[in-house]
Amino acid sequence: MSTMTLDAAGHAEAVQSELTGEKMAISQAAVRKTVGQPFSDTAKLRMRNVNVFYGETQAIHNVSLDIGRNEVVAMIGPSGCGKSTFLRCLNRMNDTIEGCRVDGELSLDGDPIYGPKVDVVPLRARVGMVFQKPNPFPKSIYENVAYGPKIHGIASRRADLDEIVENSLRRAGLWDEVKDRLDKPGTGLSGGQQQRLCIARAIAVSPEVILMDEPCSALDPIATARIEELIDELRENYTIAIVTHSMQQAARVSQRTAYFHLGHLVEVNDTETVFTNPEHELTEAYITGRFG
Amino acid sequence: MTNLTQTQVRERIEKRLASRHRKEKMFRGMGIASIAFGVLAVVILFSDIISKGSGAFVQTAIELEVHYDAQVLGIDKVDDESLAWANFSGVIREALRERFPSVTGRSDKRELYSLVSSGAPFTLRDRLAANPQLLGKSEKVWFAADDDVDTFVKSLKDSKEGFRGRTSEQKAGWIEQLLDSGELKKRFNTTFFTNGDSREPEQAGIRAALMGSLFTLLVTLALSFPIGVAAAIYLEEYAPKNRWTDLIEVNINNLAAVPSIVFGLLGLAIFINFFELPRSAPLVGGLVLTLMTLPTIIISSRVALKAVPPSIREAAMGMGASRMQVVFHHVLPLAMPGMLTGAIIGMAQALGETAPLLMIGMVAFIVDVPGGVTDPATVLPVQIFLWADSPERAFVERTSAAIMVLLSVLILMNASAVMLRKKLERRW
Amino acid sequence: MQTPTLFALLLLLILVAYGTGFSRALSAARSRGGLRNLSSLPSYHGLFAALWCGLPALLLLGAWLVFDDAIIRSMVMHSIADKPDTIAGQNLLFAQIQNLAAGHLVGEPSPQLQSAAEHLSQLRSNSNTLQAFLSVVLAVGLGAFALLRFSPELRAREKVEKVLRAILITCACAAIFTTVGILFSVLFESLRFFQSVPVTEFLFGLHWSPQMALRADQVGSSGAFGAVPLFTGTLMVSAIAMFVAVPVGLMAAIYLAEYASKSVRNVAKPVLEILAGVPTVVYGFFAALTVAPFIRDLATSIGLQASSESALAAGLVMGIMIIPFVSSLSDDVINAVPQSLRDGALGLGSTQSETVRKVVIPAALPGIVGGVLLAVSRAIGETMIVVMAAGLAANLTANPLESVTTVTVQIVTLLVGDQEFDSPKTLAAFALGLMLFISTLVLNFIALHVVKKYREQYD
Repeated sequence: MSTMTLDAAGHAEAVQSELTGEKMAISQAAVRKTVGQPFSDTAKLRMRNVNVFYGETQAIHNVSLDIGRNEVVAMIGPSGCGKSTFLRCLNRMNDTIEGCRVDGELSLDGDPIYGPKVDVVPLRARVGMVFQKPNPFPKSIYENVAYGPKIHGIASRRADLDEIVENSLRRAGLWDEVKDRLDKPGTGLSGGQQQRLCIARAIAVSPEVILMDEPCSALDPIATARIEELIDELRENYTIAIVTHSMQQAARVSQRTAYFHLGHLVEVNDTETVFTNPEHELTEAYITGRFG
Repeated sequence: MTNLTQTQVRERIEKRLASRHRKEKMFRGMGIASIAFGVLAVVILFSDIISKGSGAFVQTAIELEVHYDAQVLGIDKVDDESLAWANFSGVIREALRERFPSVTGRSDKRELYSLVSSGAPFTLRDRLAANPQLLGKSEKVWFAADDDVDTFVKSLKDSKEGFRGRTSEQKAGWIEQLLDSGELKKRFNTTFFTNGDSREPEQAGIRAALMGSLFTLLVTLALSFPIGVAAAIYLEEYAPKNRWTDLIEVNINNLAAVPSIVFGLLGLAIFINFFELPRSAPLVGGLVLTLMTLPTIIISSRVALKAVPPSIREAAMGMGASRMQVVFHHVLPLAMPGMLTGAIIGMAQALGETAPLLMIGMVAFIVDVPGGVTDPATVLPVQIFLWADSPERAFVERTSAAIMVLLSVLILMNASAVMLRKKLERRW
Repeated sequence: MQTPTLFALLLLLILVAYGTGFSRALSAARSRGGLRNLSSLPSYHGLFAALWCGLPALLLLGAWLVFDDAIIRSMVMHSIADKPDTIAGQNLLFAQIQNLAAGHLVGEPSPQLQSAAEHLSQLRSNSNTLQAFLSVVLAVGLGAFALLRFSPELRAREKVEKVLRAILITCACAAIFTTVGILFSVLFESLRFFQSVPVTEFLFGLHWSPQMALRADQVGSSGAFGAVPLFTGTLMVSAIAMFVAVPVGLMAAIYLAEYASKSVRNVAKPVLEILAGVPTVVYGFFAALTVAPFIRDLATSIGLQASSESALAAGLVMGIMIIPFVSSLSDDVINAVPQSLRDGALGLGSTQSETVRKVVIPAALPGIVGGVLLAVSRAIGETMIVVMAAGLAANLTANPLESVTTVTVQIVTLLVGDQEFDSPKTLAAFALGLMLFISTLVLNFIALHVVKKYREQYD
C-alpha cells in the first residue's frame, strides 16, 4: 500500500489491513468467481475482465458486470474493496491518478471507454459523476449549473442557458429553494443542497449515465432521504451506478446490487435477493454484519 | 431537457471538440514555453558569466632576466629602509631594454616599459626581501603583464587579429615575439585570490572582499541566529494569543518584504549617525544584515518548532518538567536541524546582499585586507558592483570571475542546507 | 582597562558566581539529605547568582559603550568658547580635536585646540577607568548579594526562568524595534527635508536635479526636487518586470502543478529556484553588460533609437529575477485548491486547461493576486539591477528604450560617497526612502492580508 499515491489511497483503502484481519477466515478461492446475474440484456455499460492496478498493487481483479438501461445498480462492500475504484473506471476519472492502470473491455452503448482513440471529454459528458463530498465550484449557483453547458457549447444564447439551468435545478429538486438567489455562491448552501446542486450540475449536460460515489456519506439523514428520493426519480431518464456504504440505502434505491470484496466482484443479484437470500457466503457474512 | 435530446446535445459537443483540444494544446504549450524560458534564462545567465569570467583565472605573464644591480637600485645592503627606497622599476626597465636592444627613442621606450604591470617592482622587492643574497646577481623572473597586454593576448584565441584597444602595432609585434619564444605565457592567476582591490586590473584580487564578507557574515550569524531562535521560541512556545503578539507577527511578515535598501537607510541614520559606529566596517554591515535576515530566521525557526509534535511536549510536561525545561531539553534539540537550515539560507541571502551595504559606506576603495570587524572593508557583492563600473576591459573578466566565486559559495551553502535537511529530516 | 579585558574579567566573575551558587546549593542539599530537599536544582542556584552578577554589569557596560562618545563629545564642545554655528563646521572642529588627541599633528594647532584635545584625552581615560570600576563593582556587589540570599527554599528556578523569559520577549520584539527604527530614521530626516522643500513640490514636481551648488551664489543653486520622473521611472521598470514575471511565473507554476510528471517537476522546480538565489548584483551585471547592449543592437537593427541604459533591459532582467518568486507563491496557492474541485470539473468533461482556467485559477485568484502584489513590492524596492542598468537621468518618458531613473537609484546616488547631513540633497534620499517604505508597506500589508484570508478559506 505504501507504494500507492495519496489520492489513490482514498479510493482503494487499506486492502492489506483487511487481509490480515482475523475475520478473514473464509478461503480466498471462494471469491474467484462471481455468482448471481452480473449480465443484463439491456446493457448500457458493459464491463468484461476489468483489472485495475495502482503501481504494483492490484486493486480490481477480473471484474465483469453489466449495468442496464434505466437501472440503478448499487455497489456495496467493506471499505477498501475497490468499489469506488471500479466506479471511477467508468468515466475514466482514474486517469487523474498517477500510476493507475486499467485493462479489460469497457464499453458504453458499444463504444469503447478505454483506448488510444477515445476522447475522455465527450465520454465524461455522457457519463456524469457525483462525488462523495459535495464539491460545488466557488461560483454562483447559476454558474455552477451553467458551467457544463457552457464549456461544451450546448447552449449559446442566454435564454437557452437559463432554461437548462432551471430544468436541471428542477430535476434535482432544488429549484424552489434557490430560485431567488441564483447569483449567491454555491458554497453558501447547506450540505444536502450542495449535493443536489452537484447533481443538477451533472445532469445539466444531459448525461446518459450518472455515477455516484457515496453521495450521502457527508449528509444528515433528512438530506440523505431527499437525495434517495431524487435518485429514484432520476432513474426514469438515466442509468445510475451508485457506490454506497449503507446497506439500507442500497436496498432502498437500487434494482440490482453488486457485492465487492477485496477487489473481487463476489455476487450480483436483484437487490431483494441479495438482502434476503444471498447466494454467496461472503455476501451473507457482510450483510449480516459479521464484518464490514 | 425538454427541447434538446441527448443526441442533439452530443452533436453539439462533438462539433466543438476539435477547437477545445486545440486550445488545450496551446495552453499546455504555453506552460512548457514558460518553463523553457526560465530554464533558458538560467542557462544563458550562467554561460554568459562563465564565458566572460573563466579567463580571469589565468593571467598573462612575461619572463625577464633581471639583474639586481646595486648601482641601479641605488642601495648597498638589503634592509627595510633601503628596500623602501630602492629603484626596482629601473632594474625592470633595464631588463626590458636588454631584451629588446633595438628599441630607442623616448616614446618607444615608454611603450616598451608598459609591457609589464606597474606592480612589477613590488614583485621584485618581495623577492629580494625574501632572499637578500640576490643583490648583485641575476635571475629569471615572471612578471604579470599589463592589463592591455593581457586583454590582447587573451583575445588572440577568438580571432587572429585580437582586440587591440590601446595596444599599438609595434607593441603587438613585441608581444608576438615574446609569445613565440615562450617568454610570454598565461599562468594561473594567484594574485586574484591573494590581493585586495586595485586600480590596475592585473593587480586586483578578491581577498579583501572575501575577508570582508566573512567578517560581516560572522557578525550577522552571531547576532541573528540567537535572537531569531529566541524570538521563535517565544512566539511558538510562550506567546499568548493577543494583540501584542499579533502585532509582532504582522511586523515580522512585513519586514520580510521590506526592500533591502530601506535597511541601509536605517543603518546609516541609526548605527552611523546616531551611535557613531565606524563607517565601512563589517560590524555595521553585520548589524544591518542581521535586521534584514532576522525575519527569515524567525520564520524558518518557527516552522521547525511547529514540526516537533506536541506529544513530546506533553510527555516531558507529564514528567514534571517546567516549560523552560521542556523547551530547552526536548523541543529545541529536535528543532535544531530545521533552524540551522533556515540559518544557512538566511546567511546565503545576506552574503549576496549589496544595496544596504552601499548606504553604510562599504563602497569605499579599500586595498588592505581587513583584520577585524571594525576595520574598513568591502564585501564580495559590492566589489563586483565596483568592478562592474570600471571602464577597463580587463575588469569585465575579473568581475565575472568574482561572480563565479560568489555563486560557487552560494551554491555550496544552499546545497549544504538541502543536504542537512535531507540528512536530519525526521519523520514522526 | 581595555574593553576586551574588561569583558573577560566580567566573564570570569560570572563563572565564579555560578560555581559558588552551585556548590553552596550542593552542600546544602547534602546536609539535608539529598537533592529532592532543595526547591531548585543546584544549576539553577548557580544561574541565579550568575544572572545577578553578570546581567546588570553587562547592560551597564553596553550602555556606556554606546553613549560615552556622544557624551564626551558634547562635554568637549561645551568647553570651547567660540565654535562654528553649522553642524558641518562643528564636525570638522571635533575631527581636528580628535586627530590632535590621537597624536596626528596637522600644521600648528591653536592653543585652544590643544587644550581641547587634552581635555578630550583626559575625559576618555576617566571614562575608561570609571566604566571598568563601576561594572566590576556592580558585578561583585550584586553577585555577592545574590549569594547571600541563598537558602535551600529559594525558588531559584522560577526566578531564573522569569529572566530568561524576559530575554525571549525582548528578542521577539526585535521586529518591532526594527520597524520603529526604520520609521524614525526615515521620518525625521524626511521632515527636515520637507522644511526646505515643500511636500507638494516633491510629490508633484516634474523636474528632478538634486545637484546642489557648492556656493550659494551659483546659478541653479537650489536644485530641483520634483520626484514625479522617479515615480514614473520606477513604475515603468516595475511594469516591464511584472509583464515578464507574472505570465511566465504563473504559467510555469500551473504547468508544474497540473501537468508536469514527477520527474519533470523534480528537475524544473530547483532550476527555476536557482534564479531566486542569484544575488541582485549579478543580475545587474548581466543586465548592464549583456542584455542592454543586446537590446540596443536589436533596436538599432530594426531602426529604433535605444539608449545603452534602457528601462527595458533593467525591467526584463528584473522580471527574470521575479519569475521564481511568482511561480513559487502561485504554486502554493494552486496546490491549496482542493482536488475535489478539479474532480468536479473533470467529471463534467472539462479539458484540463478548462479546469485550470475556469475553476482552479478563479478559486486561487485571491492568493495569486496577493502573490503578485508581493512581487510588485519587490520590484519597486529592487535596487542593484536598476542602479547598474537603468541609468541616472531623470527622464519623464514613456519610451522603454530610453534610460529612466528610479527611486532606489536616486537613493543610492544621493547617499553614496561623501555627504553632509544637513543638505537637502542628502535628506531627499530619506524622503524617497520614506515613500518607498510606505508604498511597499501598504502593498505588503494588503498582500499578506489577502493571502491569509485565502489560506483560511481552504484550511
